[in-house]
Formats: sequence, structure tokens, C-alpha cells
Amino acid sequence: MSIVQSVSRRNFIVGSGATVAGLSLGFHVPFLASASAQEAGANLPPEINAWVVVKPDDTIVIRIARSEMGQGTLTGLAQLVVEELEGDWSKVTTEYPPPGENLKRDRVWGSYSTGGSRGIRDSHDYVRKGGAAARHMLIAAAAEQWGVPAGECAAASSVITHGPSGRTLRFGEVAEAAGRQAPPAEVALKDPKDWKIAGKPLARLDTVEKLTGKQVYGADLKLPGMLNAAIKACPVFGGTLVSFDAAAIETMPGVKKVVKVDDRSVAVVADTWWRAKTALDALPITWDEGPNKDLSSDAIRAMLAEGLEAQEAFIGNSQGDAKAELARVAAAGGTVITATYAFPYQNHATMEPMNATALWTADRCEVWVPTQNGEASLAAAAEAAGLPVGQCEVYKIHLGGGFGRRGNFQDYVRQSVSIARQMPGIPVKLLWTREEDMLHGAYHPTTQAKLTGALDADGNLTALHLRISGQSILAAVRPQGMQGGMDPVVFQGLTASLPEGHLAYTVPNLLIDHAMRNPPVPPGFWRGVNLNQNAIYVECFIDELAHAAGTEPLAFRRKLMANHPKHLAVLEAAANGIGWDTPPAPGRHRGLGQIMGFGSYVAAAAEVSVEKGELKIHRIVAATDPGHVVNPAQVERQVEGSFVYGLSACLYGECTVAGGRMQEENFDTYEVLRMAEMPAVETIMLPSGGFWGGVGEPTIAVAAPAVLNALFAATGKRYRTLPLKNHELA
Amino acid sequence: MVQLTVNGQTHDIEAEPDTPLLWVLREQIGLTGTKFGCGIAMCGACTVHIDGVATRSCVMPLSAIGAEQKIVTIEGLSPDGSHPVQKAWLALDVPQCGYCQTGMIMAVASLLVTNPTPSDDDINAEITNICRCGTYNRVRAAIHMAADGKAG
Repeated sequence: MSIVQSVSRRNFIVGSGATVAGLSLGFHVPFLASASAQEAGANLPPEINAWVVVKPDDTIVIRIARSEMGQGTLTGLAQLVVEELEGDWSKVTTEYPPPGENLKRDRVWGSYSTGGSRGIRDSHDYVRKGGAAARHMLIAAAAEQWGVPAGECAAASSVITHGPSGRTLRFGEVAEAAGRQAPPAEVALKDPKDWKIAGKPLARLDTVEKLTGKQVYGADLKLPGMLNAAIKACPVFGGTLVSFDAAAIETMPGVKKVVKVDDRSVAVVADTWWRAKTALDALPITWDEGPNKDLSSDAIRAMLAEGLEAQEAFIGNSQGDAKAELARVAAAGGTVITATYAFPYQNHATMEPMNATALWTADRCEVWVPTQNGEASLAAAAEAAGLPVGQCEVYKIHLGGGFGRRGNFQDYVRQSVSIARQMPGIPVKLLWTREEDMLHGAYHPTTQAKLTGALDADGNLTALHLRISGQSILAAVRPQGMQGGMDPVVFQGLTASLPEGHLAYTVPNLLIDHAMRNPPVPPGFWRGVNLNQNAIYVECFIDELAHAAGTEPLAFRRKLMANHPKHLAVLEAAANGIGWDTPPAPGRHRGLGQIMGFGSYVAAAAEVSVEKGELKIHRIVAATDPGHVVNPAQVERQVEGSFVYGLSACLYGECTVAGGRMQEENFDTYEVLRMAEMPAVETIMLPSGGFWGGVGEPTIAVAAPAVLNALFAATGKRYRTLPLKNHELA
Repeated sequence: MVQLTVNGQTHDIEAEPDTPLLWVLREQIGLTGTKFGCGIAMCGACTVHIDGVATRSCVMPLSAIGAEQKIVTIEGLSPDGSHPVQKAWLALDVPQCGYCQTGMIMAVASLLVTNPTPSDDDINAEITNICRCGTYNRVRAAIHMAADGKAG
């Protein structure tokens, strides 16, 4: 992977060997400022089309618009392109086309957004067509050279063969001529059953540099003449910057400038980041803590609890008349059970803190940034730069984790450009401390849920009301996505029939509604988003209902899932995998969970023990049906990793508010899962075809319910308020 | 000015004595394979070897290190990625985002010197680095592979 650089930057980024050690610079410069295009163009291998470049030495460069943040999309998308290209996989490299170039070329690469588990499922069709079109053009160029019909030629492993004569040409030999061929009007894509490269557990393309320290992340970037910035924003939500005493620190070592960044932030620019941070820590700052300075977690809890009983609510799914049936059964003395659950704020806590490097001049602004959405970064950069977007560019860098923090939210880009704008002509790298990252998150929203269910005399579920109370992400960050005041994303996994994710259970009287309560804490899309807590609410309560009905939990679910065979198939696969029909070893206990989200069906079965108040998660079997699997090795890694993210939240994750600010500022108080707690994970893939679902997120949602249901089996107690660290387990 | 010995080379360092080794490595010497994750020795992304011992460099002040002490970073673990731990990591394709992995590799390389065949319990006790992508099970498998010398 190279960081594609504009020509104007090419000499700029070639610094001393030590400072740019390992940075794979853009030796290939595919995108040229028009003025220099002719001059530089002579040395460049031509593209065949937007997706594919083949160099004379047969190296294949696949352009990837989506971002690589660990999830393996870079490799998976390249597999799809090269499958249709009939290229030699051993010759494949990748590069990120800059988002500014995408705009100039009528968005030829489509969306850059890398979130919602959409990297592959939203772009598989057009990237495969890009590969297929390039293959057609390579074959056409070879046929033209031979003077034979293209129909007599075929490509395989980067070699074109003329069938009748047996003559061959390598891709690299005809690449330049191929780029001059007219693209085909239509291309047919392979049937996935014929795939040779896609669908296979190929090794990632980005591993080697991650083992030697050569991989350059945004935090590592070094440009000649670059200065470094450390930043503090008002730690109280909604608070503002009043003043700071720059004179008090201006003589500290390395300090170049103290700058107001925006209404709530101040930064110190110094020669090194450590000196910038040291000076910033010594900077006297006066904040106006604003209207939220007394906000607390208790107040937020009370606000949400009120919503659980409120009359007004948005309806996300409704069948029959749940309220009437629940009232009828209760009045008749039947079985009605109720439970209340709660899920707290979470921070993404990417291992690489937020950062961006910007260079601003009066007529151009460039930003180097690890981003989940290069186009969003470009828009933020242009806005902060006060320049037309055509005079700005963003160079994407692999992310040290994203998880939703680096997509919609481009606060660090705006800050970095604001700082650079006050240092014209000098590149400035802004790097947040971990504390800044924890205090200024885009937090997984907090919600509570009250569930009420009625069982008939035979233990059948006749009515279910799930009331969600809590925060809407869309209301805060994407109001254009609201539907008549309702946030549809709140109901992830709970709707009647949406292909993105619908409820598995058929209940004659069903009501799922949302009382929106929005505390003044900025919410965001956190890997798995609202599916995470919705799966806990539904799957733990279904387990409660099964217990109340005296029915074994798999059998209880099966009765309700007759209309949803794909949901049931993954659930049964996970249950079979854990050995559900055989008793666990003494002291071991099991639990199940399933959900549909991000277009995929997922389930998990967990086996746990509790000894002396300590929970040990021994083993998890997970099943997933994402329709198609592009790289089974990467799907396995995403499923395994999902348990780390989901169980971190289940066991430890909680951001608490006091004095209008988050209390957890680092990993000492915001604990996450480590090696010792990691269960064995077995992944079962059941791709049933006919649809394309996501993989990076859905499984997170079944981690907690499977474990919580197993914990009930072990202890006979329900733990309904997360995280578990706040409970004595016994 | 003080001297540091890093990856077999001596460097003259101009920095305040309380500057953490992490930032000397990254900003004075230009070795950015050692990562900043937390700054309080909780995550292990900054792990280097000092005289063979895995050390979280983000809280190790420059003033506490002598010129005679041998510091090894990920860049100096092997000349070409051929250390047995790196080879095992490659064989099992361990990294996801990769940001924590250099620190993880340094912690494991040090563990295997003192405990060439660690049990799962030993690994749980000794490898406490944070990975948010969730590579732990592959890390564990790669540790055993490296210990067994089976990574080629």
C-alpha cells in the first residue's frame, strides 16, 4: 500500500531515511494536477481503468476506495477485482485513490464510507465489474496486436492466450494498449461457485509491514519541517474556551505557538509532540463549563427511566394489540413477566488515538489522515480551510482501529486544519492524548429497556412489549435520516421485515417502541451500533420467558422462529456446535443468543463457569450467514474479534458522567478484555447465497446475550444492568 | 546531551530528562514502530526491550536509562522480519489493524527468552497488552507456534 501523493508533494515528503523509515511513498503517482500531468505522465504506468493499473513488470495495482482498519476489506475487495480480472494474485498490490480525485472523476470509485459493515457488501458488484472490464480491455489489446478475434483469446493468471495458435502475452506487455481500448458496454460476472481467488482464505495483503514496525499509521507520519500539536477541548460537554495564558508557557522547550482552535479547544504547537503535550499540561486555561456542568449518570438514568413509562413513543414494529393482550392476561391472573435492562455509554477506544496532519496555504489545503470516510474528511478539511473543495486533498492512511469513531465524525480533521491555518506553509500533525480521546468520544448511546411478555397456559408467548428509552444517534449526527421525528436505526434487528435486519420471532401481539430521551452527551456509531443492546434486550428476555414457561430455551425459540428459517439455521448451528443436546461438564453452563443485523444472520452459544464470584467464559461457538463469503479466513477473524469488542462492553465497558464530563480517561478505569479472559471461539460459516450481508459488526451483538444467558444458567440470577464489573456474581 | 544505545547503534539525544523513552525513540531517533497507545503503561503498545526485558517505554524517563543499557525496538528485533515470533505471526496472519502488534511481538519475544515453552496460564499472566480488534486467540496460537519452532 502506498500513500498516494500529489506531484506537488512528491519532493516534499522525501525526507531523511531515519524520519521516514519504512513509509511507502507514492512512487507511482496516478493522479496529477493538470499543470504537471504532461510532464510527469511519461514515467507513469497507465491505468486500464479506475480500478486496475498493470505495470510493465506485471505488478497489478488495485485501487481501493474503502478504508482498511483491520477488518480485511482491503484484501477482500482486491480478491473480488482480481477474480474477474483473471490476474495473478502473487503480483497484487493496492493503493487508496485520494477522495479529491474521486470528485474530479465524477465519483468513479463510488462511496468511500467504511462503516455499517458495508465495505464489501455495498461495492462488490461495481468492483467486480471494474475487474471484468479491465480483463476485456487487456484481451482486446492482445487480440488487436495478434490481429485475431478477441473471442479466440482468454486470460488466466495475468497471461492472455490465443487459443488456436497457443500464443501468449503477459498483462504487463499489453497494459498500455489496453488502457486505450474502449471499455465494454456490458460485462458478465462469474457465478460465485466458479471463484478461484474470491471466496478463498487468502492471506492478508497488509500483514508484513505490521510485523516489523514499517507500517506507518497517521500517528507515525513525519513530513519534513513538520511541527506537532497537542490539544485540549473543554472537558465538560457543551462547555467553551474562555481564555488561556500563552505567555506562561511560550518559553518552554520547543514551543512554537499557542493557538485557539475553535470555541472549545486550545492547542500547543511545538517541535515535538511530547514538548507540545508537556507545555499544554502547564498552560493555564479558563473554561466556561456551560449548561451541563452538573450533569451526572444518575440524572441520565432518571431521564431514561421516565421514558420507560411515557405515553408517547415512536413505534418500530407492531402486530396485533400487545398492550391490550398484556392487560387482558394480567387481569385474568395469567403469566405476565416484566424486566428492565440498561446499557451504558461506551467509548470506541481505538488503539491509535485520533490524529490528522494538515498543511494549509492561502490556495491549497492537504490532510493526511486515518479515516473511515475519505470524502467526509475532505469535506471537513475544505470547510475548515475556508477553501473550495477542489483546492483541497486528503491522503488516506491505514487506521489503527476505527470502530465507527473515524467515519461520520471528523472533529480531529477540522481541528488539525484550524491549527495548520494558523501556521501557513508548515505541516502540523495533531495527535490526541488517550485522555482527550476518552473525554471527547462519539459515545455508544445509553438506553434502557422495559420488556413485558405474556404466556398462555401452554407456555406460548402471546404478547410482547419492548419499550426502549434513550438516546438517538441520528437525531444528533444525521438528522436528515430521521423519519417524521423517529430514529429508525434505534430499531436495528427489531423491525418486521427490513433486509438489513428483522426480528426472528413471530408474536401475535407485538409492540416495539422508542421513547427518545437525548442527554447532552454526543452519541455516535460504535461498532455494532444499536444492534448491540437490542440483542441483549430481546435475547435475554426470551431466555427469561423460556424459563418462566418451563421450556428449554432453544425449543422455546424454535417455536417462535418457524417463519424465519435463516435465523433458526444459524442458531441451531451454534447450539449444535456447543453440544446443546448433551449436558455440559460439571460446573459448566450454557447460553444462546441470535440476531440479524447488517444484512447477516448470526448466533452464538457460550459455555461459562462461575467460581468464587468469578466468571470464566470457556468457549463460544458462533455461526454466521452473510450470504456470500469473500475470504473465510477474514470472516473468522472478524467473528473472533467481535467477541472481544462485545465482551469488553459486557464485562467492563462503561463511561460514567459526573460534573458534565466523562470520568473514565484511560485504560486504567476504562477496562477492556485482555488475553486472560478471551474464550476459545469456533466460527461456523453458513453462506446461503442470494444476498450480501456484512461481517464486521453483527456478531458483536450476540456475544453478551449468549454469555448473560449462560451466566443465568450458572447462577440462577439475571444481571440486567451492564457492565458485569458492577455486580457481585454468585 | 545523553547517549542511548538502540538496536546496536549509539545515538546522541537532546531532550528533557523526563522525556519518556517512547518519545525519544519516535521523535528524536525516528523509530515509529513503537506505538503510543495510552501513556500510562496500561496497554503495552509501546513495549521495547531494555537489556532483554520487555519494558513499557511510555513511562520510562530518559534519565533512568544509561548509555550502556541495550535498547531493542521492533525495528531491531530482526534485520528482516525473521525473528521466530515475527515468522509465527506471519504464518498465522495475526494482525488486524496492527497498531498494537509491534508491542505484542516485543512482549512475546521477551517472554520466550525467559520461558521458552509458556503454558496458556503463563501467557495469560505475562501478555497483558491490549488489542481492540480482538486478535488474542491468534496471538496465543502464534506464541505456541514460535515456542515450538514450527514457523519455519
